[in-house]
Amino acid sequence: MTMDRNTLGQIQSRRRFLEQTACGLGGMALWQLMADDTGLKAHFAPRAKNVIFLFMPGGPSQLDLLDPKPAMKKHHGQPVPRHMLDNLDDGLIRGSARVFASPRTFKQHGQSGMPFSDYLPHLGRIADDICLVRSMHTNVPNHTPGQLLMNCGQQIFGHPSMGSWVTYGLGSENRNLPGFVVMTSNSGSGIDAGTANWSNGFLPPEYRGITFRASGDPVLNLSNPRGISATSQRARLDAMHDLNRQQLAKIGDPEIASRMASYEMAFRMQSAAPELLDFSGETKATREMYGLDNDITRAFGTNCLLARRMIERGVRFVQLYHSTWDDHSNLNTKLKQNCDMTDRGTAALVLDLKQRGLLDDTLVIWGGEFGRTPMNEVRRGNTPGKEGRDHHPFAFSMWLAGGGVKAGHIIGATDELGYHITRDPIHVHDLQATILHCLGLDHHKLVYNRNGLDERLTSVFEARVIKEIMK
Amino acid sequence: MIALRHKTAQSAFIICFMVFLPAYASGESAPSGIHWAFVKPQRPSTPPISNTKWPCNDIDRFVLKQIEDSSLQPSVETGARTLIRRLHFDLTGLPPTPADISAFENDSKADLDSALEKLVDRLLSSPHFGEKWARWWMDLAHYGDSDGYLTDQLRPVAWRWRQWVVEAFNRNLPFDRFTIEQLAGDLLPGATTQQRIATGFLRNTLSNREGGADLEEFRVLQVKDRTSTLGTVWLGLTLQCAECHDHKHDPFPQEEFYRLYAFFNNADELNINAPLPGESGKSAPAKIAYDRKRHELLEPVSDRLEALQKRWEAKLLDTENNPGRDHHWDRELELLGLIWGGNLGEGQLEGLNILSKPWTQRTPIESARLQDYFLRKGSRIDEKKFKELRIDELVEQLGELETNLPPITRAPTIVKHHVYRPTHLHTRGNFRRPGKEMQPATPGALHPLQSQGTPNRLALARWVISADNPLAARVVVNRLWQEIFGRALVITPDDFGIRGARPSHPGLLDWLATEFIRRDWDTKAMLRLMVTSATYRQSASLTPASLARDPDNVLLTRYTRQRLSAELVRDNALAVSGLLNRRIGGPSVRPPQPESVIKESFSGKWEVSEGPDRHRRGLYTFIQRSAPFAQSVTFDFPDNTRPCTRRIHSNTPLQALSLLNDPVFFEAAQALAARLLQEGSPSTHERLYRAFFLCLARAPLPSETARLEKYLAAQTDILRNAPEEANAMAGKPIEGLHPPVQAAWVGVASILLNLDEFVTKQ
Repeated sequence: MTMDRNTLGQIQSRRRFLEQTACGLGGMALWQLMADDTGLKAHFAPRAKNVIFLFMPGGPSQLDLLDPKPAMKKHHGQPVPRHMLDNLDDGLIRGSARVFASPRTFKQHGQSGMPFSDYLPHLGRIADDICLVRSMHTNVPNHTPGQLLMNCGQQIFGHPSMGSWVTYGLGSENRNLPGFVVMTSNSGSGIDAGTANWSNGFLPPEYRGITFRASGDPVLNLSNPRGISATSQRARLDAMHDLNRQQLAKIGDPEIASRMASYEMAFRMQSAAPELLDFSGETKATREMYGLDNDITRAFGTNCLLARRMIERGVRFVQLYHSTWDDHSNLNTKLKQNCDMTDRGTAALVLDLKQRGLLDDTLVIWGGEFGRTPMNEVRRGNTPGKEGRDHHPFAFSMWLAGGGVKAGHIIGATDELGYHITRDPIHVHDLQATILHCLGLDHHKLVYNRNGLDERLTSVFEARVIKEIMK
Repeated sequence: MIALRHKTAQSAFIICFMVFLPAYASGESAPSGIHWAFVKPQRPSTPPISNTKWPCNDIDRFVLKQIEDSSLQPSVETGARTLIRRLHFDLTGLPPTPADISAFENDSKADLDSALEKLVDRLLSSPHFGEKWARWWMDLAHYGDSDGYLTDQLRPVAWRWRQWVVEAFNRNLPFDRFTIEQLAGDLLPGATTQQRIATGFLRNTLSNREGGADLEEFRVLQVKDRTSTLGTVWLGLTLQCAECHDHKHDPFPQEEFYRLYAFFNNADELNINAPLPGESGKSAPAKIAYDRKRHELLEPVSDRLEALQKRWEAKLLDTENNPGRDHHWDRELELLGLIWGGNLGEGQLEGLNILSKPWTQRTPIESARLQDYFLRKGSRIDEKKFKELRIDELVEQLGELETNLPPITRAPTIVKHHVYRPTHLHTRGNFRRPGKEMQPATPGALHPLQSQGTPNRLALARWVISADNPLAARVVVNRLWQEIFGRALVITPDDFGIRGARPSHPGLLDWLATEFIRRDWDTKAMLRLMVTSATYRQSASLTPASLARDPDNVLLTRYTRQRLSAELVRDNALAVSGLLNRRIGGPSVRPPQPESVIKESFSGKWEVSEGPDRHRRGLYTFIQRSAPFAQSVTFDFPDNTRPCTRRIHSNTPLQALSLLNDPVFFEAAQALAARLLQEGSPSTHERLYRAFFLCLARAPLPSETARLEKYLAAQTDILRNAPEEANAMAGKPIEGLHPPVQAAWVGVASILLNLDEFVTKQ
């Protein structure tokens, strides 16, 4: 006998029925059931309760932001030393490319003295709060598979996102908001792998990432149609419930009760979401800190502030996407643009979580699907002043903060060009196993059986919890 | 397993266990040692039953046998009105009109059985039948209107295959031919254009046009997708498990995956001219003129052009064999594979395939197409010569000539590769680690493939739908059953392997499978059998006792209520409100959706269809793979990157928000209200009566009428004092009607469109 998605679906529908008949129709809905399940499922004591993943699609250049390589200067304009290219199996990195020394200057910050590029002035303020990983590596140099691997554990479509796995494993703590929320901003381009990044894959649909938007309806169709006030919405619902209730009495199908509960939940969300978006209770200092009053920083800053407010309200997994960092050319200009848009909000989020005592319970992660090459990209024939970097899967940087990870600490190192990792390589799957570990979940045990295979976030691959990252 | 920690889950587990274990307790035993599904189904005799009056056909005997063995009773027959609504959704995906309902009621008063026959005949021959069942098939084919990967470019002619499917269902193309034409229509002797369009089934794989993507890697992924899709769709097997290693549960060594792969490894993507009615008449003479003028234009320089193009081709082929020497030429070669036919939905590797053919073997079309590409993109070979020969001017003139050519709509198809492309096993699934060579062959655990010489895709297609195949007929009838009854006989429709579920009714499954073959794969006949059975005609009502005893209705003692699919929820609202545009076929359309949703796609573009195209049926909605239509996703539209064998029917607050507030559903409520107010009797009572018939195919209960009258009165009062709200809610004003009254009716309409019953087939 195998448990597959059909069986699970049946179990859920029965579970819904039993819980509903036991509790009456006081507004039970799936998310609420998920909320009620909280605490049942962690495999061991968690270090973090929530996650905020600042995902930077396109692959930010680690060499111009987080991993300074002064030695590049002496290789500038030269081919990459032959030994670095031995046995490489990569379609993008051609032997004819020339090293492009980072034009950035780096400065040390905080007690830890962590060096960041001049493009990230605000990140310096949280240098002592983050754990920088300079030795990330991944399997693929292409965006869509790379993003899927980072978010869903596999480079092919159809697998659940990390946020889906986490809410599947832990439920949500909020009855009026989804457990896994996604927010997006961009500097002109969309996200390569699109909505597949927050897909529930083969997990039940209630674990899908729900997109929240800072403008317009935060959740799709959240506001009433024109002419429908809150009172008349209530009147619609009441009449609807009365008719549904008659059907329930006649047909006896608990799904009817379940649908009524969903409507109640929707109604509550209609007030919970605007409350979430209502920043009138935030101080001027907070607004400034997140850069809400500045055209450049507003979009990402708003998402950061919303992320904090969601965490406060018990949303389990918040993921921000800011696209795109895919700087094949004009690196200097485009990288600066993205940094200007996101640096302030990012630092504000960590500082704000910290000052509110939320950082211990919240794991913040920053990074993209891969890094960028030490060389100027030649495929597009970039001319001086328009240099850019190609995709680089062999070594890149990410950072984590809060949620039980070390602060003011650097893990891993790369060679003099940043081409290869020289110390403590950390694979995407290791990171995923570690994130689950912080949440009290064992990546071997958080499984979903499909076609006889116990599927998991890290799939069938070996993955290691990065113990040295933990406090 | 996490869910098992719940007490309720445990009892469910036990129920499932009890139901499935006795799969072979009722006489049908599999030969020892061989998994049941790998043994060809034998025609079972219908089992003896006590209540001989209940069955309408043989399906019911199998069902009743298990009901009686469990000392249960089937439910009563449902009323004519419920039945016609059920049938309309199952066979056409659209609700019945009040006229349909009363006609059926009248007929059924005389004789329900013959009235039902007549109704089913009518619905099976409705052109909407093909639409409903095409969408069912599109789930399996994982149809999409775009490439899928980065940049997610458009496939504006993908719909040609969808159209073929709609028509194939409508003309009841026998399922064996339906299969053969889609897998190998191009290889049939004297293949027609339509048969070649059928192979568009295999074109629903994703394409990666990202710079730097290894073209071979993604071609291999397409071949793997086609191989595992065949396994899922026709064999109900998880063959993809054997891509990297021997299958862990089923008897399929890794080598066999690559033997099957070898069939598709020799299939190439190719778009062809497939003129729509009316197109070819105009274009044939124009094409002759075009060819003549093209010849005149190029003739003076043809020798020099040819020499230049041959140099260009030689350089590209040399680069292919020696990558990494010159990044400019690496890029040139890469571009040929990346941009060929992009946003036109052409086969990405068509250009490279032509390049790899000797000149003498190219067809005139192939030569012209590669020449066109060379003239436009090939200047790197010799910029000076390009200037000398004024190729830019030639290109401009060619462009002008082309504008005078009446367009011929193209269609995505599959053709065999021009030479035999050998297949090697991929060690651990990695195409860069080729193992030993694999000849095309079918899995050894299944029936043998009869062929002289090396079998091709056509032989494979015939093998897969052969009457000797123990799986195909079972797998297909199981999914037909699932679509009609809401729960499959084998509840893992994508896995008939050792770890899959056992059939709840093994005798019935085998009877249906053998019946399907006996009736020469007549799909409509199988559906007719199902929907005219007594099993189907049962009431959906359930009691706490029946629910507790058999919560999933495994024993079929009632009809299982099912929420409508994403497309049908919207189709239904548009239909009852009178907004639905019932036009059949044609290119995909883009109904409005919020800007914020559009921005989630990579391109950030969604050119909203205007006019009546806003209200087409859901199966025509454009599927941008990177950001599928948001409303559909809310209602569990499946992942379109792999076959979906079973839709999920979830129940979420987002669905509630959509039905309550989504502009299209509110627009439908306004239209429905206008319809109620403008057509028929002015009495509130009769309007409500009509509203119920339109939306729910039944009369309201007095308590329901009373409740809605109460709502109407209260809302009208409130809205009288809120004229702005009333005007906005009412929508387009109706002459002679007070906006508050009209608005209150919009409220009533919207209540009906939100009822659980409205979005449910019951």
